[in-house]
Amino acid sequence: MTIIEQSEIEKIAELARIRLSSDEIGQVTARIAEILAMVDQLQAVDTHDVEPMANPLDATQDLRPDIVTEGNQRDAFQAIAPAVKNGLYLVPKVIE
Amino acid sequence: MHTKSVAQLATGLSEGQFSSVELTRVFLDRIAAIDPLYNSFISVDETAAMAAATAADKRIAAGDAVALTGIPIAHKDIFCTNGMRTSCGSRMLDNFIPPYDATVIQRFKAAGAVLLGKTNMDEFAMGSSNESSFYGPTRNPWDTTLVPGGSSGGSAAAVAGLLAPAATGTDTGGSIRQPAAFCGITGLKPTYGRVSRLGMVAFASSLDQAGPMAHSAQDCALLLNIMAGHDPLDSTSSKVGTEDYCSTLQNSLAGLRIGLPREYFKEGLDSATGECINAALKELEALGATLVEVSLPHSSLTVPAYYIIAPAEASTNLSRFDGVRYGYRCEDPSDLHDLYSRSRQEGFGDEVKRRILVGTYALSAGYYDAYYKKAQQVRRLIKQDFMECFEQVDIIAGPTTPGPAFALGAKSNDSIAMYLEDIYTLAVNLAGLPGISVPAGFVDHKPVGLQLIGRHFDEALLLNTAHALQQVTDWHLRTPASATGGHA
Repeated sequence: MTIIEQSEIEKIAELARIRLSSDEIGQVTARIAEILAMVDQLQAVDTHDVEPMANPLDATQDLRPDIVTEGNQRDAFQAIAPAVKNGLYLVPKVIE
Repeated sequence: MHTKSVAQLATGLSEGQFSSVELTRVFLDRIAAIDPLYNSFISVDETAAMAAATAADKRIAAGDAVALTGIPIAHKDIFCTNGMRTSCGSRMLDNFIPPYDATVIQRFKAAGAVLLGKTNMDEFAMGSSNESSFYGPTRNPWDTTLVPGGSSGGSAAAVAGLLAPAATGTDTGGSIRQPAAFCGITGLKPTYGRVSRLGMVAFASSLDQAGPMAHSAQDCALLLNIMAGHDPLDSTSSKVGTEDYCSTLQNSLAGLRIGLPREYFKEGLDSATGECINAALKELEALGATLVEVSLPHSSLTVPAYYIIAPAEASTNLSRFDGVRYGYRCEDPSDLHDLYSRSRQEGFGDEVKRRILVGTYALSAGYYDAYYKKAQQVRRLIKQDFMECFEQVDIIAGPTTPGPAFALGAKSNDSIAMYLEDIYTLAVNLAGLPGISVPAGFVDHKPVGLQLIGRHFDEALLLNTAHALQQVTDWHLRTPASATGGHA
């Protein structure tokens, strides 16, 4: 039973910004279909009235006063970047 | 020296039997001579390690030492180390030199421990065999045709092979406990939030936890004392107070109630492994514990729930690897889209890409409720099972894995078979509970582990129980021939 089509995998790969070559896509689709078939077992479980759990301790986000506590370390952080200029990260031109 | 425990080494250093410089040199030499056989280390900086050892010796001489001062520790290559490559076992970070230390690393440095090196791991912590690393698989010191387990397989092999007296690992679905079991060592995954995740490259933010891996519960307690505690820079780190995890190691087990889930002792568990587990449980009974049958009814849903939640969280966490600010960038990108999609195609290995895609699917519009939300609801049911058991028992016990270590290559083309290796460990992360694996004998000369699961923040009881077992058994003291044979 195919529960996922290759075209669907192509859409997902686009969302994830991972290029899949034409010779990879068949294999990748097959492997992912196996995983999705396995996780589909959850559909049979009755979960009405069960609160989804995002954090295992049901912890909530801690807040702190909105004041600056950290220093500017831009140069240290940009020292390892592939391409920077004037404090900006360089990427291929986006706007035509 | 390399066969001593961390506790014995600490005594040796404080009594001046040897120096940290001598001790560090022993381990560095062993790594150089033996690690080609295991491939357990990705990076070793001898100069930095010797400098740290020299500084530690000064501190010891000044009377300023703490328990881990001068002790060499290996760290899984997922913890950011300032100025030293942190690769996460991936081409994506092969060129990544962090400009800061993870909190865990800072804590070890503050204690004066020596950073021995960064250990090999499944890429981005995704795996149960250490076979997906960009740097090649790690081999099990007990039998080098076998996997050491994963994803902290490098740390486990380094400790088992006596290349480091102790190491750090991380555990999202079993990645400390399972390799500890396969390599015959002791590994603890603390309660979610017990140890800071700042600077620990994220795989699944609601599941990841760092922990110690060593030859004994006592050594793990010494490391946990350094690692545990609230970190204001990690908003998921817990404010629950810590304790001295060594101080209660010697408590009697009289009256301890241990629950054995019937779901963990049926088909799926190799019978020889089951016999080892039962023998270990008998030892705990002889020490005063009571064994009680319990049930975790939603156990069969653990693997599917985990393999929606973990990939979903991974797809978000790994979206930061885009070739822009750090890490791998493809050559001559034609436009921004090409930069992202080709850097990620080339930078990530197959398992990582699979999980990102599964996670992206599970979170996408039209599928979010059926997959991710559903899995989160099942997660609550799984946790509730444990909470109900802990009303009748203090610890839940069972095998760490369904069998001993498997052969390299045996499961790498079968995702489901690989995922089922974690059948007893995943639920512990889903519920945020602490879990420890302790050596529990051998099946055909291959180690197996007993897993003990505790209530939230009850690491002390797990360490105490493991320590008690280790006073009356010697499985944790055995060493593989390859570690003492001495040749590469």
